[in-house]
Amino acid sequence: MSIQMSATVVGGHPNRASRFYAAPIGKKAVMAVTGVVLFGFVLGHLAGNLQVFEGQHQLDSYAAFLKATPVLLWGTRLVLLVSVILHIVASIQLTQMKRAARPVAYAKKNNSHSSFASRTMMWSGPFIAFFIAFHLMHFTLGTGQPNFNGAAVFGNIVQAFQSPLVAFFYIFAMLLLGTHLHHGLYSMFQTLGANHPSFMPVIKRVAALGAILITAGFIAIPVAVLAGVIHT
Amino acid sequence: MNLTLHVWRQNSASDKGRMVRYEARDVNPDMSFLEMLDVVNEELILKGDNPIAFDHDCREGVCGSCGFMINGVAHGPSHGTAVCQLHMRHYKDGDVLFLEPWRARAFPVVKDLYVDRKALDRIIAAGGYISVSTGSAPDGNAILVPKDKSDRAMDAAACIGCGACVAACPNASAALFTGAKISHLGLLPQGQPERRQRALSMVAQAAAEGFGHCTNIGECEAVCPKEIKLEVIARMNRDFLKASWTSRQKPLAGSDG
Ligand code: FES
Repeated sequence: MSIQMSATVVGGHPNRASRFYAAPIGKKAVMAVTGVVLFGFVLGHLAGNLQVFEGQHQLDSYAAFLKATPVLLWGTRLVLLVSVILHIVASIQLTQMKRAARPVAYAKKNNSHSSFASRTMMWSGPFIAFFIAFHLMHFTLGTGQPNFNGAAVFGNIVQAFQSPLVAFFYIFAMLLLGTHLHHGLYSMFQTLGANHPSFMPVIKRVAALGAILITAGFIAIPVAVLAGVIHT
Repeated sequence: MNLTLHVWRQNSASDKGRMVRYEARDVNPDMSFLEMLDVVNEELILKGDNPIAFDHDCREGVCGSCGFMINGVAHGPSHGTAVCQLHMRHYKDGDVLFLEPWRARAFPVVKDLYVDRKALDRIIAAGGYISVSTGSAPDGNAILVPKDKSDRAMDAAACIGCGACVAACPNASAALFTGAKISHLGLLPQGQPERRQRALSMVAQAAAEGFGHCTNIGECEAVCPKEIKLEVIARMNRDFLKASWTSRQKPLAGSDG
């Protein structure tokens, strides 16, 4: 049988980096590494937020500390912005590749062996992006909040979550973040080549547990405000 | 037992194709799935209809020729078996079965359930080989291979290239296939000289063929008749990442005609 090689693969990629990124695995690696950065931020953000349970003074002085160190604040924001952009661009390109790879859909397709989280990354992802934009306007810029005060973080949180609608929107967003992290936390290891039969089951369990704990941690705040545990 | 079949009929790659309903009467539970289709086809031929085309050869689960979707599952419901080894005793009277070809841009339909899988051959040609010196036969066991590596290489080498992994993958990715070939050769001492080049070239060729990317979800592993594990994909990624940043050569795939 004669085997015809298809069109040029390497042409048009003058250097290592562009050749690397041209490959699907290269794009996935970018998603994995930026995913690690974003996950690190989520952890840090959670640790900061949970100080709300320590009372107004603790949270507001933590916020003041961040604002007093602009290098830290803007350095983090810059790294996050770059990571988010790379993460989103790579995911869009990979999704286009996926659409092109199966032009005719199955009449019937059973996907029962993959997790719900893994199959909904392209839904949870865009929703989280939308949520981040909303969240920044809501708590950083104070859009639409009459009594917003950039320095009074504690007060802003309590005021916002006293509205059940806002609280439930945040809870819903955190549940989606949880499913996204559930698959993402495991997937970054596999993408970067770390899969070994003796530690992969542990990674999967830690990913699931980590996603649950992080989600629970974030959700605890609106729930505590709604329940009146946290109040001004 | 009597079954209702909804079968994808498509005359050629350019034909649009559609599902057609057939009744399979008095199916013997000892038949294999392909034998059941043979019987349906005989009836179709007697009626002057076109028989349902499907690919097959060994019918022993070793050649990788057969394969189609049964109710959305590649090779049907029985685990670790190609469709030629699936028996009708897994079904019961009145079952309704949807048969569809592997669906991927890289696997154009030739006819009905029969697809062209030469894209997989081209991935192999891009780097799925080792170089050996010809001449007199070498001494046996001159190259030592650790037992666990030889076992893992054999497990990966069990891949028969049927394409079920591509068919089951929501992204139509050939990662399990490519990973199996890269692991098979890369685990052995004989595979080391071309190891980096192989990862770069085979990965590049798979993308050029129009296969999708891997989202680490495991639908492929679940349907693989040879039970190849996702670990081979991680190994491919590892080889690819290392080669991308250290190799002094460019991928060979598609560099000339
Ligand atoms: S016909 Fe050879 S594997 Fe099924």
